[in-house]
Amino acid sequence: MNTPLVKLKDVSFGYGSDPVLEAVDLEVRRGDYLGLIGPNGSGKTTMLKLILGTIAEPTRGKVELFGVPSGQFRDWWKVGYVAQKAASFNSGFPATVAEVVLTGRAPRRGLLRLYTREDRQAVSEALEKVGMLAFKDRLIGRLSGGQQQRVFIARALVSHPELLILDEPTVGVDVEAEAQFYRLIRELRQQMGLTVVLVSHDMGAVAHEVTSLACLNRRLFYHGSPEEFGTEEQLCELYGHHVRAIHHHHHD
Amino acid sequence: MLEMLSYSFMQRALLAGLMVAVICPAIGIFLVLRRLAQYGDTFAHVSLAGVAAGMLARFHPIYTALGFSVAVSLGIDWLRRRYSRYSELALAIMAPASLGLAVVLLSLTKGAGSEVLSYLFGSIMTVTQQNLYLIAGLGLIVLLALVLLYKEMLSVTFDEEFARIGGLPVGVVNAIFMVLTAMTVAMAMNIVGVLLVSALMVVPVATALQLARSFRGALALSVAAGLLSVLVGLTLAYTLNLAPGGTVVLTAVGLLLLVLGYKKARGLE
Ligand SMILES: Nc1ncnc2c1ncn2[C@@H]1O[C@H](COP(=O)(O)OP(=O)(O)O)[C@@H](O)[C@H]1O
Ligand SMILES: [Mg+2]
Repeated sequence: MNTPLVKLKDVSFGYGSDPVLEAVDLEVRRGDYLGLIGPNGSGKTTMLKLILGTIAEPTRGKVELFGVPSGQFRDWWKVGYVAQKAASFNSGFPATVAEVVLTGRAPRRGLLRLYTREDRQAVSEALEKVGMLAFKDRLIGRLSGGQQQRVFIARALVSHPELLILDEPTVGVDVEAEAQFYRLIRELRQQMGLTVVLVSHDMGAVAHEVTSLACLNRRLFYHGSPEEFGTEEQLCELYGHHVRAIHHHHHD
Repeated sequence: MLEMLSYSFMQRALLAGLMVAVICPAIGIFLVLRRLAQYGDTFAHVSLAGVAAGMLARFHPIYTALGFSVAVSLGIDWLRRRYSRYSELALAIMAPASLGLAVVLLSLTKGAGSEVLSYLFGSIMTVTQQNLYLIAGLGLIVLLALVLLYKEMLSVTFDEEFARIGGLPVGVVNAIFMVLTAMTVAMAMNIVGVLLVSALMVVPVATALQLARSFRGALALSVAAGLLSVLVGLTLAYTLNLAPGGTVVLTAVGLLLLVLGYKKARGLE
């Protein structure tokens, strides 16, 4: 049981000739709560796309999921994903919260099969976990940003994944919803033993929550425990001026 | 009014119309929500080229229309994947190219005039027994496919990236959906005509979206609005001796206006 859930080995990638990721080595082990931080444009989302297989192949290096090369990986239900722009869907879409979450069961149910009572049960449980069961029959477009985000987390959880990947989940939600979000992830880790990868450019908030931290800016600069990560001065050395700029921007 | 049911041509017209009334909005809702409503129109033009080819070859036009439409749907899906940023361009070129082909083929066919009109504007009053079987057969295939692929279609329509990451075969689902759309257009063209097919795919959906409180609800209301439009439209056409295709579509638009007016009056906007 010691195979890492995610393993990147010497991974490089670029959309054109400019490299976006260079020689990245990273392992996510079962039970980890990894914070992946870096300024805008540092390649965080690109790295997730390589892990999730939306970008088929790195230019160099290898990506493995649950010990399987990502090109051959088939058990995608084991990975729950909440995209950076999950909440930028067409807000007039006529679907209820329950209908949206149910789509998270589709891959697990299999092609040409109808949803069963088990699927609907899983939807209720997932909504219960994120505290949105009472909103089950609401139209998704009629919820606040924070509520929508919890629905999308439920959609990621409904297939009972072992790994949950969240891309900048606290962007665009208010302070209270942000605190609620971190509490929710803590609970999910306790209750389900979920392994979590949390992408953010808000160093300050993430460092208090995670068990390990990785700093990305095209290359991986630091990977280890947040306690040893050090003070903001060191941070600035690592990043140049980026982090300070982002930090201030965020607190404006 | 019930006397109209005693004529076999009217029975066939109603059966074919009801089938089309169910299928068009059921496919249309996915087109509308994916912002692909233009596909209905494009396939209609392509089907017309198929009709023209069928007339020239003295073969059943509805079969050649179906063949052209399905072939092009696969071609468009292929183009869409290769030129993802220019997918509207593929459509914008396909429609006039088909119309051009249709016109050229028709100019080569002797005495095509009146038959062509029935495909342009619909000919529900002249649905043959054989047409009815074909429409029913195609309709059942489309319905079955929609039931079996409902969860994939909704997932892909709501969030294509999430569906892809979850491991759904998004490419296959999209290709099947394009073929279903092509089949729907070809079968409906016979009833409401090339110019009005896409209206029957879009207008009842627009009505439903005003009222729906869930996706299932939107689907059911779309189909209900389609059925109501066809039933009322055909009855009006029969009693007042009007063109059926036009009456059906005007009824659908009237229903939409009614719903919009109702919402406005109740202050629901
Ligand atoms: N689809 C794409 N095509 C070309 N360049 C891209 C694409 N997506 C991202 N990039 C570029 O790659 C770099 C990294 O982007 P991204 O991974 O989104 O960063 P982050 O998520 O850390 O903000 C940026 O310079 C961005 O402009
Ligand atoms: Mg990003």
